[in-house]
Amino acid sequence: MTLKIAACIKQVPDVTEVKIDPETNTLIREGVDAITNPLDLYAVEEAIAITRNNDAESCAMCMGPEQALDSVREAMAMGIDKGVLISDRAFAGSDTWATSFILARAVKKLGADLVICGKQATDGDTAQVGPGIAAHLNWAQACYVSKVLNITQEEVTVERLLDYGREVITLKLPAVITVIKELNNPRLTRFFKLLESFEKPVEKWGAAELEIDANNCGLSGSPTKVNRIFAPPSRNKATLIKGENAREKAQNIADIIAGI
Amino acid sequence: MYSEVTQSDIDYVKKIVGSENVFIAEEISEDFCRDELAGLKKSPEMLVDVSSAEEVSAIMKYAYERKIPVVPRGSGTGLVGGSVAIHGGIMLNLSGMNNIIELDEENLTLTVEPGVLLMELSKYVEERDLFYPPDPGEKSATIGGNISTNAGGMRAVKYGVTRDYVRGLEVVMPNGDIVELGSKVVKNSSGYSLKDLIIGGEGTLGIVTKAILKLLPLPKKAISLLIPFPTLEMAIETVPLIIKSKIIPTAIEYMVRDVILSSEEFLGKTFPDKSADAYLLLKFDGNSTEEIEAAYDKVAQICLGAGAYDVLISNTAEREESIWSARGAFLEAIKASTTEMDECDVVVPRNRIAEFVKFSDSLQDKYNIRIRSFGHAGDGNLHIYILKDDLDEEEWKKRLGQVFEAMYSKSKELGGKVSGEHGIGFAKIPYLKESMGEAGMQLLKSIKAAFDPLFILNPGKIC
Repeated sequence: MTLKIAACIKQVPDVTEVKIDPETNTLIREGVDAITNPLDLYAVEEAIAITRNNDAESCAMCMGPEQALDSVREAMAMGIDKGVLISDRAFAGSDTWATSFILARAVKKLGADLVICGKQATDGDTAQVGPGIAAHLNWAQACYVSKVLNITQEEVTVERLLDYGREVITLKLPAVITVIKELNNPRLTRFFKLLESFEKPVEKWGAAELEIDANNCGLSGSPTKVNRIFAPPSRNKATLIKGENAREKAQNIADIIAGI
Repeated sequence: MYSEVTQSDIDYVKKIVGSENVFIAEEISEDFCRDELAGLKKSPEMLVDVSSAEEVSAIMKYAYERKIPVVPRGSGTGLVGGSVAIHGGIMLNLSGMNNIIELDEENLTLTVEPGVLLMELSKYVEERDLFYPPDPGEKSATIGGNISTNAGGMRAVKYGVTRDYVRGLEVVMPNGDIVELGSKVVKNSSGYSLKDLIIGGEGTLGIVTKAILKLLPLPKKAISLLIPFPTLEMAIETVPLIIKSKIIPTAIEYMVRDVILSSEEFLGKTFPDKSADAYLLLKFDGNSTEEIEAAYDKVAQICLGAGAYDVLISNTAEREESIWSARGAFLEAIKASTTEMDECDVVVPRNRIAEFVKFSDSLQDKYNIRIRSFGHAGDGNLHIYILKDDLDEEEWKKRLGQVFEAMYSKSKELGGKVSGEHGIGFAKIPYLKESMGEAGMQLLKSIKAAFDPLFILNPGKIC
């Protein structure tokens, strides 16, 4: 049976540092171009790569307003087989709970066997939507995936990059994985395929198609209340290793290693 | 004819700059005895780290009286021996004079000392939404070195070369006089443009101790197209069609798979595509995505019409980095793939570039030697590297001479020039002579004599 691989992508503002409106605690998006969330391109690449080596087809799903269609087309121009835009006025203002609920419904409707998400989006930085999809569907999940080692009809084996090392685990399909930059090198967009993507229909799924009622999406379906947004304290404190010369520096490094 | 450096000379210079800034004999690192192409090696008798125009001036004045040769030097990343002290004498290391003196946002100028590195300079201005367009691949070169060779770089197609971005210079003359040439002004018809002689003068006419550079507003958006072609010939023959279309990319570079593979190995990073034998790499910049899309759409159609397999679009910071960092490493990567190499940096009219590349490619078989090239297809400037591999010294010199002879005469035939941006230095003098002829060389010598009547500044270079 042909495996169905869904890459979830998000359109985000093209800024390295997102500015926050201190009055409303929401992201300031005005005057900023939209791009596909950089980490999601690794998900797209992996979905395409899986279809090249297996009996599988890939689909890019993007939730957002009408202009998010650009991100769907970009994924198709990279080589994704099918695009779906998940868009409805009723979805506006969805938090990570509601968003992952909506996406879970879309995944179900598509009949996906494996869902691949970027670890997090550069605008909200929550890293909750991928795990949220798995939770709503009660599927297996693996976050921080740095390598997809093997995939069969029944299971997928992945390597996760964790603070203390690497972990190889096998998940029963269907499953959700979220991925990091170490995973692959996203291929470039192809001009031919971009032109082609304008010919291909992109399905649009709204609340009706996904059978979601207003209480489970948008602002009313979002339990999150944002009180304050702030940058977390940096966890990785770097220490500069000093020394008069290479020999002394090497000795200092050796001392540190010996002390671990 | 020149005086040798004596202990009293060393003592005198130490008094000017402090003894900790003067190095002699074994104290002089091997790095200061050569540049980036290994062929030429010679140690200066005295290496001096200078920190101000006044110090440079005092040393020049003394050297002029004593008739000691002086060679100014930046990062030493040159490729034609321009900064090698072939007559010994004093080498002035200007890389410590690396302050950014003034950003004048009302005149859009940046005043810098000569030792500022190109990468520091571009970072400084780009953080302030400004732009210094000259973009040579070697980012650790100093701005002083860039001015001395009139470096060009990848954005020359659209923005021109270093000379187009130098408004004024402070220069120490061979006799120690400090002169100001040009200024912050936009226009200048006040006599001969002496500033423009210093630019590209390779440190033979005066020593740049301060430069006023022209800046532009930073374009807000940029994307690149990587365009795979079945053959190098087809790739390069497309370039005049692009130029003719009146769309001006920021850069048009060409590359072959072999060089890409070398750079992957050298950097340990993968290049986004290597399915084809040859590529054009185009960059577009502008202030809106729409503006850039309109330009690249037209060029993409031209390339596809000319037989390109596809057009690959690089539109994210990560993708740009993976492509352009590889491009920036080509020279070092080719160098790492062989034992020794020499280069030819000719520039030909843009519509002749395919012919020249084809010709130089054919020399591989004719002289049985490995030749690799990449370059600025959009401005006609080629970087062709002749590789020694396992040839013995005698055979290497012989074949290299034959290949150079063939290339430079072909370039002349096509209306080209000896050097597009690396300069003449020591290595290319014979070819400059052939290209300029007797009358031209005489003019160069007269200019040299007017600036430096005792011929003490970087002697044995250019003419």
